[in-house]
Amino acid sequence: MPPPARSDSSPKIPFYRDVRVLRIFAQGVFVAFVVLIFWYLFGNVARGLERMGSSFSFAFLGNAASFALSETPIPYDPATDSYLIAFSIGLLNTLRVIIAGIALASLLGLLVGIAQLSSNWLVAKIAQVYVEIFRNTPLLIQLFVWYFIGVLSLPRVRDSIALPGSIYLSNRGLALPWFTPNETFTLWLTLAGIFIVVALLAYRVLGRAKTPLIYEWRGGWAFLLWLALALAAAVTLNPFTPSLPVIRGFNFQDGITLSPEYAALLLGLVFYTGAFIADIVRAGIQAVPRGILEAARALGLTHVQALRLIIIPLALRVIIPPLTNQYLNLAKNSSLAIAIGYADLFYVSNTIFNQTGQTLQVILMIMGAYLVISLVISTLMNVVNARFKLTER
Amino acid sequence: MTTQTQPTPDTLKPPATSVGVIGWLRKNLFSTWYNALLTFIALYGIYLVVGSLWNFISTTDWSVITANLRLFMVGRYPAEETWRVLASLALFALLVGASWAVWGGVARAAAILLASVFFTAMVLPFGANERLWMAGNLACIGIGFGIGYITRARRVLVWAWLASLPLIALLLYGVGGLPRVATDLWGGLLLTLALSIVGIVASFPLGVLLAVGRQSSYPAIRWFCVAYIELIRGVPLITLLFMMQIMLPLFLPEGLTVERVMRAMVAFILFTAAYIAEVVRGGLQAIPRGQAEAARALGLNGILTLLLIILPQALRLTIPAMMGQFISLFKDTSLVAIVGLLDLAGIANAAANQPDFLGRQAEVYLFIALIYFVFSAAMAYGSRRLEKTLGVGER
Repeated sequence: MPPPARSDSSPKIPFYRDVRVLRIFAQGVFVAFVVLIFWYLFGNVARGLERMGSSFSFAFLGNAASFALSETPIPYDPATDSYLIAFSIGLLNTLRVIIAGIALASLLGLLVGIAQLSSNWLVAKIAQVYVEIFRNTPLLIQLFVWYFIGVLSLPRVRDSIALPGSIYLSNRGLALPWFTPNETFTLWLTLAGIFIVVALLAYRVLGRAKTPLIYEWRGGWAFLLWLALALAAAVTLNPFTPSLPVIRGFNFQDGITLSPEYAALLLGLVFYTGAFIADIVRAGIQAVPRGILEAARALGLTHVQALRLIIIPLALRVIIPPLTNQYLNLAKNSSLAIAIGYADLFYVSNTIFNQTGQTLQVILMIMGAYLVISLVISTLMNVVNARFKLTER
Repeated sequence: MTTQTQPTPDTLKPPATSVGVIGWLRKNLFSTWYNALLTFIALYGIYLVVGSLWNFISTTDWSVITANLRLFMVGRYPAEETWRVLASLALFALLVGASWAVWGGVARAAAILLASVFFTAMVLPFGANERLWMAGNLACIGIGFGIGYITRARRVLVWAWLASLPLIALLLYGVGGLPRVATDLWGGLLLTLALSIVGIVASFPLGVLLAVGRQSSYPAIRWFCVAYIELIRGVPLITLLFMMQIMLPLFLPEGLTVERVMRAMVAFILFTAAYIAEVVRGGLQAIPRGQAEAARALGLNGILTLLLIILPQALRLTIPAMMGQFISLFKDTSLVAIVGLLDLAGIANAAANQPDFLGRQAEVYLFIALIYFVFSAAMAYGSRRLEKTLGVGER
């Protein structure tokens, strides 16, 4: 007897044994579980806020901040400016530290990393000792040492250490000559921007040159062109007057003063991150096989040429990803400014939520700001990385 | 007849200026003119730095340390109950001694380091009672070594290590007949070690779970893990510490209070878990796909494949990075000083602010920097030895 005919050829799987259904069901259970936990937690928060009489809104940001800040790169008046302005000032202060810190830490790390590979035993050992000491002690302790023992023990303003170029070092900070802008300053700034575009065009044009002197150094030539144009514009327009710091009374007038908190934070971050970067640079240079250097020398390149054209690009390929990590760490470690009283983003936000009690909103703002900073740094470094990384066909 | 001078052993030796101390100096320090210049500059720099440091160490008054030694070590732990801390140390010494006998290698280095720490503690100006305990701890290492040598019980030792952690926690906290010592009273090195060890032990399984979930084939789980990891990695640790200190009471139902040290522990666990997840993800990505496919072909389901095949290999690859993360955690515990907990860094600040010892920051910071350095360097050394023992990067 022939087997009974089926109505359709595919086997019918009951839905409770169908893998596709089960997967969706499992994810549904997981999502429900997570949502339940969050609902419970935030329900508690809502009830707590209700009991305290506050609500979840960002309207408090428009109120006047009534606390003074020690560092104000833009003009700030506690009586009239809002909490939002104070928050922006904190953000600006953080960016000041991060940008200067990244630049200086990279420089220091590069130097120490190369020193670790020096043929001079003493220099190599000193570099290694520096790296070991600064990597194995906490950043907070290093900041305290820089601040209390380094910066605050500098002499008073009256007896400040004078360096050539009218730079003064005292326990009120580092006083540097600065400039005050005249009316033509904005005009000069726009001209400088236009000159940057001109220099970039020159860079492209010089790329078609045939002589190596022009072609290989076209970056330098373009920069020199911009410099010449900007200087010519500055001489004709006279956009700013220099102001030199002078001691009047108990403090410096004119010029610009970098506060001791800023100096201590910057030094602490630079020396701490520099030690990690030194190790990364050393590992990157050591990752380039020796045979490549030997082959380059065999082909007739000088040591410097081999370094510049072959070793460093190959080493950079290995260096850049962990370097990105260190830059992100520096950006996040700048929040330790609260320990020495530098008015950075975290310090200002702390003051804001201590004053207003709106902890949840302020914490969301802090997290958002740091996430954006981290995102910007990693995106920029990804662009750099794409230039250097190993491209497969 | 001409006589030829046979080459004698004397004339076959290398020239005196290229061997021995002089040869080493020429090659390493004075090979070129700028190397020689660098050497002189470096020597002068070393003289300045080390000279002033030595001057400071030998002439300054260290009474701020010696007067507050108890604070630095255990914080405000009640004096009558400090025997519990010392008993925990003795238990730890016993286990380290047994591990030395059973496993050797890294355990031996750890035992030697522990013995030298106890010996140094015997020399420092602790009370006579504590010094006796330190001598007892040294004996415990020896006893543990003896027990391990005689019995060679590996599995029992592993279980003993696992059980020792909750046992020590309960002993320090107080359970049953022992009076309770709230964690708010813990301080100094005790609190630092407690935060680090709890952070390490609890964040490891959470991190592995997150890493496995991050590469899950269920989109909901994967997005949740990715969101968690990226969010936590993008914010500074101090933000999480403040958030937990201030908002954890808000998140919990009314009436349920959590001690401040517990809140800090939660923050550390959540923070470290995200970083461990990234480290483990790197290890998981390094395992060839063929391993999972072969396991499937042999009939292992997903979970068993993970547990028996993938994770053991992946975790071994990630040991250096994970040890680095744990060393970072140990150093980052100093941040709780900012939220007001009295760990080693917090006690240092408090000690320098005492009316008797105002302005003695240099001494205290040097002291605790030394303690942190010793622990971190020891852990880094242990990590390198562990790598060598397990053959990471070789097979």
